[in-house]
Amino acid sequence: MSMIEFKNVEKYYGNFHALKNINLKIDEGETVVLIGPSGSGKSTLIRTVNGLEEIQEGQLLVNGFDLHDPKTDMNRIRKNVGMVFQHFNLYNNKSTIENVMLAPRLVLKRDEAENKREAMALLEKVGLADKAANMPSELSGGQKQRAAIARSLAMKPKALLFDEPTSALDPEMIGDVLDVMRDIAKDSSMTMLVVTHEMSFAKAVADRVIFMADGEILEDSSTKEFFENPKEERAKQFLSQVADH
Amino acid sequence: MALLQNNFPTFMQGFGYTLLSSLIALVGSMILGTAFAIMQIVPKKWVRKVGNVYVQVFRNIPLLIITFFFFLVVSKYVKMSGFMSGTIALMLYTSAFIAETVRAGILSIDGGQMEGARANGLSFAQAMQYIILPQAFRVALPSLGNQFINLVKNSSILAFVGGLDLMYQGNMIAANTFETFSTYIIVGILYLIITLPLSYYMQHLERKLKHAA
Ligand SMILES: Nc1ncnc2c1ncn2[C@@H]1O[C@H](COP(=O)(O)OP(=O)(O)O)[C@@H](O)[C@H]1O
Ligand SMILES: [Mg+2]
Repeated sequence: MSMIEFKNVEKYYGNFHALKNINLKIDEGETVVLIGPSGSGKSTLIRTVNGLEEIQEGQLLVNGFDLHDPKTDMNRIRKNVGMVFQHFNLYNNKSTIENVMLAPRLVLKRDEAENKREAMALLEKVGLADKAANMPSELSGGQKQRAAIARSLAMKPKALLFDEPTSALDPEMIGDVLDVMRDIAKDSSMTMLVVTHEMSFAKAVADRVIFMADGEILEDSSTKEFFENPKEERAKQFLSQVADH
Repeated sequence: MALLQNNFPTFMQGFGYTLLSSLIALVGSMILGTAFAIMQIVPKKWVRKVGNVYVQVFRNIPLLIITFFFFLVVSKYVKMSGFMSGTIALMLYTSAFIAETVRAGILSIDGGQMEGARANGLSFAQAMQYIILPQAFRVALPSLGNQFINLVKNSSILAFVGGLDLMYQGNMIAANTFETFSTYIIVGILYLIITLPLSYYMQHLERKLKHAA
């Protein structure tokens, strides 16, 4: 069954055509990496999936619900679709563990003792058990991002969206975050859509690679095919550029 | 000193009414001000418009005019004392300033906080209540402190409509005893007894919250 499906989706910012005739199907449990030059519409695309950006034309089905239908309850979609941001967006007025526990308490009405147990287990999993009581301002960038991932996982989502989760991190912090993401990808039921410039991560973890430029999807191939034999000239160009870094 | 002794109950009654009026207006204006601050930032355009008109109206009319409006006009339809008229006017007037202060506080919070909360499954209201407003109030605290102190001082408007407050009683005592200067010195000190602790408390809160995050 497909978890996320774009059908002829168009997105405009005012007059600016940000997403052009997007058709894309992501199955339950798939890990898909989305790449492309800056400004190509990667963030826009990923943000439409949990309704942070509205679409103007077409159909966007997430977990079976059409996001373009005004009757669709966006809060219900967001319960099932987590998002990890480039700049973490942790709650600055809450401790690490409170960041993880807040949404399950308010949205899922999870029992407080169970909530705490699960939050601690998640912090353990991302290597932050000893930072549970610390405020976000006391965490390093890499720790913040791992806390943000734990916060998303606490909702037990069916899909997770990552928008350049390691782009704001110092190089030595990136590995730990990618390790956590690799772990999540191993869970065969989790659907992941990841915008990243980490090609080694894409090669190791992705089932498929989507290449975007100027608001269009130019290539949608299996990971092996994409890296070994990219069809589009722009994709080849892009790959040679990121390889230089 | 004899002046204070002889008129002690009157001074104290005035003090009590000023305190009561200030308390009611403070709580009311915080609630209204926060509500109108939020109204001015929601996506719905007409809601923003309503919020903005409210703030502009009450911020740009002298408090005395609003007070007279309630005392002379509204009281024809809804029975209310001078104390009530003045207190409601004070509450509405101050709420417009608090709305602006809180709105500025909300706008100073990084948009990522709201996005993070919404993406995490919280509703707009939950995100406001648990994430945005606590941070916005902290930012707005120094300015809110100023509003509260202005509110206590502005409550002297009650004197114009027989509101039984400190200023009103001071006027009475001064007229009866002809000890104008001493009377207003005492009135001034009694205002300080409210505003100084308030001022110190706000500073204390500021320091405490700064260390909390
Ligand atoms: N809120 C917005 N308003 C107007 N234009 C926007 C907005 N967000 C993004 N854009 C434009 O849309 C295009 C795609 O942006 P984005 O999705 O952020 O690209 P990417 O994530 O691939 O770098 C860019 O040209 C950008 O300037
Ligand atoms: Mg982007």
